[in-house]
Amino acid sequence: MPTVSVKRDALFEALGRTYTDEEFDELCFEFGLELDEITSEKTIIRKERGDGKAEGASDTVLYKIDVPANRYDLLCLEGLVRGLQVFKERINIPRYRKIMPPKGEGQRLIITEEAAKIRPHAVAAVLRNITFTKERYESFIDLQEKLHQNICRKRALVAIGTHDLDTITGPFTYTAKAPSEIKFKPLNQSQEYTASQLMDLYRTDSHLRHYLHLIENKPLYPIIYDSNGVVLSMPPIINGDHTKIGLNTRNVFIECTGTDITKAKMGNELAYRKEKVKPEYINKKIGISETPSNLAKLLTRMCLKSHVTGNGNHIEVEVPPTRPDIIHACDIMEDAAIAYGYNNIQMTIPKMYTIANQLPLNKLTELLRTDLAAAGFTEVLTFALCSQEDIADKLGTDISATKAVKIANPKTAEFQVARTSLLPGLLKTIAANRKMPLPLKLFEISDIVLKDDSTDVGARNYRHLCALYYNKNPGFEIIHGLLDRVMQLLDVRNEENGYVIKAGEGSAFFPGRCAEVIAKGQSIGKFGVLHPDVITKFELTMPCSALEITIEPFV
Amino acid sequence: MSPSVAELLLRRLEREPEAGPGGGLCSLEAAAALGLEHQALVGAVKSLQALGEVIEAEPRVATRWQLSAEGEEAARAGSPEVRLFRALPPDGMPQAQLMELPGARVGFSRAMANKWLRLDKEAPGGPRVFPAVPAVQDAVQDSLRRVQQGDAAGLPERDRTELKRRKLLLEVTLKSYWLRKGSAFSTAVTRQDTELTPDMIATGSWRQRPFKPYNFAAQGLPPECGHLHPLLKVRTQLRQIFLEMGFSEMPTHSFVESAFWNFDALFQPQQHPARDQHDTFFLQDPAEALELPPGYMGRVKKVHSQGGYGSQGYRSEWRVADARRTLLRTHTTACSARLLQRLAQQASFTPGRWFSIERVFRNEAVDATHLAEFHQVEGVVAERGLALGHLLGVLREFFSKMGITQLRFKPAYNPYTEPSMEVFSYHPGLKRWVEVGNSGVFRPELLLPMGLPEDVSVIAWGLSLERPTMIKYGIKNIRELVGHRVNLQMVYESPLCRLNT
Repeated sequence: MPTVSVKRDALFEALGRTYTDEEFDELCFEFGLELDEITSEKTIIRKERGDGKAEGASDTVLYKIDVPANRYDLLCLEGLVRGLQVFKERINIPRYRKIMPPKGEGQRLIITEEAAKIRPHAVAAVLRNITFTKERYESFIDLQEKLHQNICRKRALVAIGTHDLDTITGPFTYTAKAPSEIKFKPLNQSQEYTASQLMDLYRTDSHLRHYLHLIENKPLYPIIYDSNGVVLSMPPIINGDHTKIGLNTRNVFIECTGTDITKAKMGNELAYRKEKVKPEYINKKIGISETPSNLAKLLTRMCLKSHVTGNGNHIEVEVPPTRPDIIHACDIMEDAAIAYGYNNIQMTIPKMYTIANQLPLNKLTELLRTDLAAAGFTEVLTFALCSQEDIADKLGTDISATKAVKIANPKTAEFQVARTSLLPGLLKTIAANRKMPLPLKLFEISDIVLKDDSTDVGARNYRHLCALYYNKNPGFEIIHGLLDRVMQLLDVRNEENGYVIKAGEGSAFFPGRCAEVIAKGQSIGKFGVLHPDVITKFELTMPCSALEITIEPFV
Repeated sequence: MSPSVAELLLRRLEREPEAGPGGGLCSLEAAAALGLEHQALVGAVKSLQALGEVIEAEPRVATRWQLSAEGEEAARAGSPEVRLFRALPPDGMPQAQLMELPGARVGFSRAMANKWLRLDKEAPGGPRVFPAVPAVQDAVQDSLRRVQQGDAAGLPERDRTELKRRKLLLEVTLKSYWLRKGSAFSTAVTRQDTELTPDMIATGSWRQRPFKPYNFAAQGLPPECGHLHPLLKVRTQLRQIFLEMGFSEMPTHSFVESAFWNFDALFQPQQHPARDQHDTFFLQDPAEALELPPGYMGRVKKVHSQGGYGSQGYRSEWRVADARRTLLRTHTTACSARLLQRLAQQASFTPGRWFSIERVFRNEAVDATHLAEFHQVEGVVAERGLALGHLLGVLREFFSKMGITQLRFKPAYNPYTEPSMEVFSYHPGLKRWVEVGNSGVFRPELLLPMGLPEDVSVIAWGLSLERPTMIKYGIKNIRELVGHRVNLQMVYESPLCRLNT
């Protein structure tokens, strides 16, 4: 969720009134915003860098406001004020129009075939006769950055460049050239660089280095020139220094290049769209019964200028270019609900009659958990993700023998694979609780994951039961007794066609101290005394016996 | 063997009349009579008390006035001021010389205060002290002697307080017992038994024996037992709530999911930030889903890239390769999508309510409140003609069963629900509104490609299991609750999970 930071007093001045923090919080909440934090530059610096650095920083109260990810129109002070004032019916919805310059033609941006291959789309617009103040200028730059981070997906979909039109001459050309052939003085640098040199220069730049990958490996880099060969920008990385805007800029040339034409065009075409919705649709979906004209009023408060048409059968809604998130009648309906007030809607309980069922596997799990605790074992809850080492090396086996699901982008070794056994998690739990009095008796009933070609996703879960006894003696008979108890609970007898225990082997177990459990005609798992190497690798010092079986055959 | 103090005391008590208002004796007197230290007698009293009703011992506190060492001296030789006065010749004495006399400092200031002396600061050879009255009475000495003779009570209260302030008189509290025969009085002291034995029961000997009383303030022995994990205790209660509300459990039995079901089927655009590497665990092996539902996938592709069902869609490219990627499900809503699509395959629509409480995965940085895996609680209702008001109604019922009654709803954004609402509840401890869940009505772009009838609405909500558990059990660090770094002592000690009491 994007956060917009605005000066409280400037905000109240623009809103034409003041609020207490509580009142403003209430207004935000109602409108779907969240007053996340009340702070100041001084407080922020003090928090991040300590008291000493905050000296002399501004005390001006800042509101940090969380804006929903679909409301790009509220990402600056001006946008917030517009939205709130219309919502409170203090101003009318502004109307945006595209106007041609009084004399002569508009500017043109020519897209060459080379550019189309690299970053295919570009659109441009001009803002004329504007006057920046310091505040407006900062807000303008800030909004551009907010758009880059959000809708433009960190410049991957769209990059926006703004230029002082009075320093350049159209028509402009959007093309692509080999990095070595591009040479210009980039924004806020004192000398010229080739594009290749720029990539090296920005590799350590805390901000720009995040965008280099977008073009770095392309044979040609996108570039925009004016008719005299002045470089406007090398999108999506950096503008030229020549065209940079400042407080005195009167006319701004805006170019948007990108890979997504729908998003690049937003706001540049200033296209208004008419939608028709039925009043009964809105009423029915919200659960209210407002007149069509009231509904139109509600929508108008959300910057969706609306009126009733025909014999009151329809509401005609004008969707402004600032609301690209409105793509379906349900989006319009939602805005009517917001203006009506979510907290004013009558709460109703659906009349339907349903009979509830538990999933048999979960039902069995719930029953078994309770009885395992009654048998003196304590339940733990370990992670489904672990390191490759946990399920392979530490258990004395090779990863290739595990059928483990592997994660492509783990941030740390703790998330390399999905577990194929519950045992490592239980052993790690004991390692983290070595101070507890012995014996430790633990269990977990949860899922492990194995690759499986017979499912649509190529893997499936298995519900396992794992139990562990950790003490000065191995306690094989205790784990054996627990297995007998589990079988008793499952009403499986120790006889033919019931369950059978026979000598088995497993890399995690001490040779000669491992038994395999056969039930319902299949091997359901093993139990025994753990191998001293396993105990050592999990940083434990006492003998330990363990049981791990699948419970799925008993569902 | 000489008799013990307890035996001596019992024999002395035996001579006292039966218990009654007049009977009994003071422990101080008894100690003096038996020639014992009072403390030794008190020890015997305590051991006899432990035997039950052998004796009655009523604690008493007495105050007594007693002279301090200085008080004794004053009683013997006179108060310092009188001694000083009497040492002074009629023609006086230089002050410096006077102050050399024993006890002069106190005596001088007292005598001055009593106006018995006159100080001539201008006298030749330095300040000189003269008697100011011919003779004085030593009232202090008289009072102290009266106390010595046992007549402290006869002194006026004011005098006693003054002498106490001058540290000549001390107030001493004396703890003693008033001793009487108990209901089980006997001069024969027997050893007590600690526990009842089978032998005593068999022989009936318990009837004659005194038993050592228990210390009920001591801790009991903790039972040897297993324990359920607190998070899963909360899970059990939430399952119970859903079942009480007529919700069936939905199948969630696969951590591995395709991007198609996790994102695309939910109308989450392919460029959505949640699909970034740093939010989602993508899989290396198996890297691709083996199968996507053929006809349905085509409809999903179309609604994303071109729109349809009254929607403009996202009008951006939709790649099947992106949909095929495998991942660890980031939400159980992926399971809801599969469920709803199966529901749409039925010959005729039947309404339903479902829930799940299952593990989901996020490739996020781990800290005190975030883990890479957590449990999502989800509720879904599908029915013809459901409105936002129904969602509000269901949420009110659900949260009130969780013990959360003060709710308000905030408009929010979520790619697959419209309208979307965040649920806030007032936290009396924190004195502010905190988010307790997220909810919404599934978008038509999600339901209609599945083939659900147009008038069917699906409302849903979700919350994490960890957050209410941490609040319930007062756990600050999530790593002490979930995962192998769990604090087992906390598991052992966690109370029952009762949500709305």
